[in-house]
Amino acid sequence: MRAIVIGCGRVGSAVARELDAAGWDVIAVDEDEDALGRLGEGWTGGFVVGHGIDQHLLKEAGIEEAEAVVVSTNGDNTNLVIAQVAQKLFNVPTVVARVLDPARADFYAERGVRTICPTSDAIKTLVAAVRAGEPV
Amino acid sequence: MYVLIAGGGKVGANLMRTLLRSKHEVTVIEQNHDRFDKLEAEFEHQAIRGDATELFVLERAGIKRPPDLLVAATGDDEDNIIICQLARERYGVPKVIARINDPRNQTYFDLLGISPTISATGAIMALIEHEVPEHGLIHLLELRQENLEIVEVTVGKGAACEGRRIDDVNLPEGARVISVVRNGHAEIAGHETLLEAGDQVLAILEPGKEDALRRVLLRDGGA
Repeated sequence: MRAIVIGCGRVGSAVARELDAAGWDVIAVDEDEDALGRLGEGWTGGFVVGHGIDQHLLKEAGIEEAEAVVVSTNGDNTNLVIAQVAQKLFNVPTVVARVLDPARADFYAERGVRTICPTSDAIKTLVAAVRAGEPV
Repeated sequence: MYVLIAGGGKVGANLMRTLLRSKHEVTVIEQNHDRFDKLEAEFEHQAIRGDATELFVLERAGIKRPPDLLVAATGDDEDNIIICQLARERYGVPKVIARINDPRNQTYFDLLGISPTISATGAIMALIEHEVPEHGLIHLLELRQENLEIVEVTVGKGAACEGRRIDDVNLPEGARVISVVRNGHAEIAGHETLLEAGDQVLAILEPGKEDALRRVLLRDGGA
């Protein structure tokens, strides 16, 4: 089972490592060569340097055979475009994109893009934590 | 007409000036502080500061009216794609025009149905092709939605079609000759029109039929 993780920052690298440990064939993609360091010493997957919007790079990373693509670069719009390309051009069965802006995350979720919004999750958790202390 | 321009760099700002001179109502959105200050000094309240991919920024700029036309002219192709998708699909803007900065991203604009698009590289290439027709075939106009294109070909010496009537020329399926220019005189192509070497032929065809057309109108397929 091949997974491609595009954007290998704090989130992407941790996702890549977990999938790698779970036995997936993982290819990590990042513009910055140094991002390889975040994958740690036990990393057995692949690593491709470049921008995830580059079609040739996606093919090189094996997107045509991928079961899953995780898009977690630091740009919401880049993530949304790459996710749509993975879905519509390469027909990848599972595509998930991290989107920090709740408004855009909701809009694209309605249109069939699986978006994960850490901002919304944080808001919910923070409000719930405060309200848990409300007098009954 | 009410026009919303996302991106107030050289392209956006000049577009703004031109549209204002033609008495259109225009708003420009710019994120960069320095650039925005200059725009505001020139266009006052018609310039809005912010990220045009943020819904509240678009709404502050009046996208809910909605504008008759939105131009996504930022220097970032992903941003331009998202801006066009939001404008059309969320706010019902009837027409969008997108600037493409890196021509390699054209596939994505096409894939996501964002059209028309304009890229400087593409426009310059079209001019170069017009000056130096490398493969004997010049793309004049692409009718993307209709899936047709109009091309110009100069009939080669010794071409398969030389000295024959258009009716007798074995044109590929999905291609038609529109007109023939000979010695500066243009004529709408008819069944009886004769093709001679040096004739400039305008043809309409389905994309992908170029090679078949070259084989008929040029010698050795244009090599």
